[in-house]
Amino acid sequence: MAHQRVILHVDMNCFYASVEMAEHPELRGLPVIVGGDVEARHGIVLTASYPAKRRGVKTGSALWEARRACPDAIIVPPHYGLYQRYSALARSIYNQYTDLVEPFGLDEAWLDVTHSLHLHGREVMLVAREISERMVSELGVTVSVGVSWNKIFAKFGSDHDKPDGLMVITPDNACRVVWPAPVRDLLYVGPATNRKLASIGIRTIGQLANADDYAIRRLLGKMGGVLQGFARGLDTSPVRTYQPSRGDIVHEVKGVGNGITTPFDVEDPVTARQVIWLMGESVAQRLRAQGLAARTISAFGRDFKTLASHSSQTTLERPTQLTSEICSTAARLLLNEWDFAHGDKLRALGVHASNLEPAQKCVQLDLWGEEERRLDMLQLDRTIDDLRHRFGNHAVRRLSELSDQRLASLNPQRDNVVHPVSFFA
Amino acid sequence: MRGIAGREKRYVEVISDTSEDGVVTPLVVVWEDGRRFTIDRVLDRRQAHSLKTGGTGMRYTVSVSGQPTYLWYEGPRWFVEAKAAAMPS
Repeated sequence: MAHQRVILHVDMNCFYASVEMAEHPELRGLPVIVGGDVEARHGIVLTASYPAKRRGVKTGSALWEARRACPDAIIVPPHYGLYQRYSALARSIYNQYTDLVEPFGLDEAWLDVTHSLHLHGREVMLVAREISERMVSELGVTVSVGVSWNKIFAKFGSDHDKPDGLMVITPDNACRVVWPAPVRDLLYVGPATNRKLASIGIRTIGQLANADDYAIRRLLGKMGGVLQGFARGLDTSPVRTYQPSRGDIVHEVKGVGNGITTPFDVEDPVTARQVIWLMGESVAQRLRAQGLAARTISAFGRDFKTLASHSSQTTLERPTQLTSEICSTAARLLLNEWDFAHGDKLRALGVHASNLEPAQKCVQLDLWGEEERRLDMLQLDRTIDDLRHRFGNHAVRRLSELSDQRLASLNPQRDNVVHPVSFFA
Repeated sequence: MRGIAGREKRYVEVISDTSEDGVVTPLVVVWEDGRRFTIDRVLDRRQAHSLKTGGTGMRYTVSVSGQPTYLWYEGPRWFVEAKAAAMPS
């Protein structure tokens, strides 16, 4: 790999469960499930330890299903603050090997050691083993490390040797190691893409790599070409440097969102609108706090029975950070999707603002006073933000929160949990 | 939750010295009943995980009355692997 990049992908195994075991050694070796609050209906398995997984517990399944598969499992609620601390400590270890560290969620990161390898003995296996050993001795968690010349195959390597594994994929062994694997093991091949590829007989990464370019593009569009490039080991995307000044693990704020699994089923448009306003208000508040305005607003809802999510979005004529514009747009989008006339019920709903730009821009006033009205609304929003900042979030509340006890119990201000940013960000 | 090997994580009061360049040196551990244990020497200082009680932080190997023992700085608190009280039978 003399002239090629040297990229590591480090994946902390069963991250949430591993951190719980690192904090509580008496849990080691037991079937541990980190799951949401059953009472508040966030009852899904977020992570399970290997003994629980061996008993059939699957990430994302309902807690009652997990209990049935593994009755003696120990279920612990998530402690996000703790996971963020461990993630930051892991990153500080990675940073001792290279400044090019790109986090992918809390538990994964790519490290480009191409230009720093000579400082660590020039041997990538030594670096990978050392990182792995340090994670165990310093944090008490095991990791899987994949090493390759591109980010996609490095991630493939860490995914395929768990737990506590180390897999090196070189141009010499890629055809033997990567190509026979199912195509769904490739980053960004989800169930829908997998089904489409299967429909033309493509089941392995090798088959995708060797398939006709035109056929793949016709089947999957532009993304088909990208995935085929991934399969051929042609990914050249750089490992983006982490920028602490921009927040924790996000490189750049791409969007601001807030969603909630309600403790009750939302089965009428009035309640749906009220919940959307509560969520949207905190989104607008965060946009204003960060000095951003959004052009695209989306709203999503999750059906209570099928758990299928639907989201719809619209792009506004002018970027906005106004509570009223964001909330009314999101409510309209949601109610276009669900009219609640045929017994629809929603289990979760939320609002997302994206396509962001700095809010501090010159404003073109118009003859009809529309922009002036918007500036007045912004002043009102800022006054409310200020009151909440000084006297707490409950200093100013919506009437719906006061009149409907169910809504008062929702907490739209809870910490935003940062999920992996897109590979293509 | 308890640790293993008859130990439990116990947060303790520590009197420490912080140098100009930010190096923290623990001087005295004050136990919950008021007893004070003077640290003779710091033998080692490294980031480490506690295998017995769980948790991670800057682990100081310190000498107290000639006996080496561990003291963790979890920032901003300190903890030790204390002997666990016997469980009622």
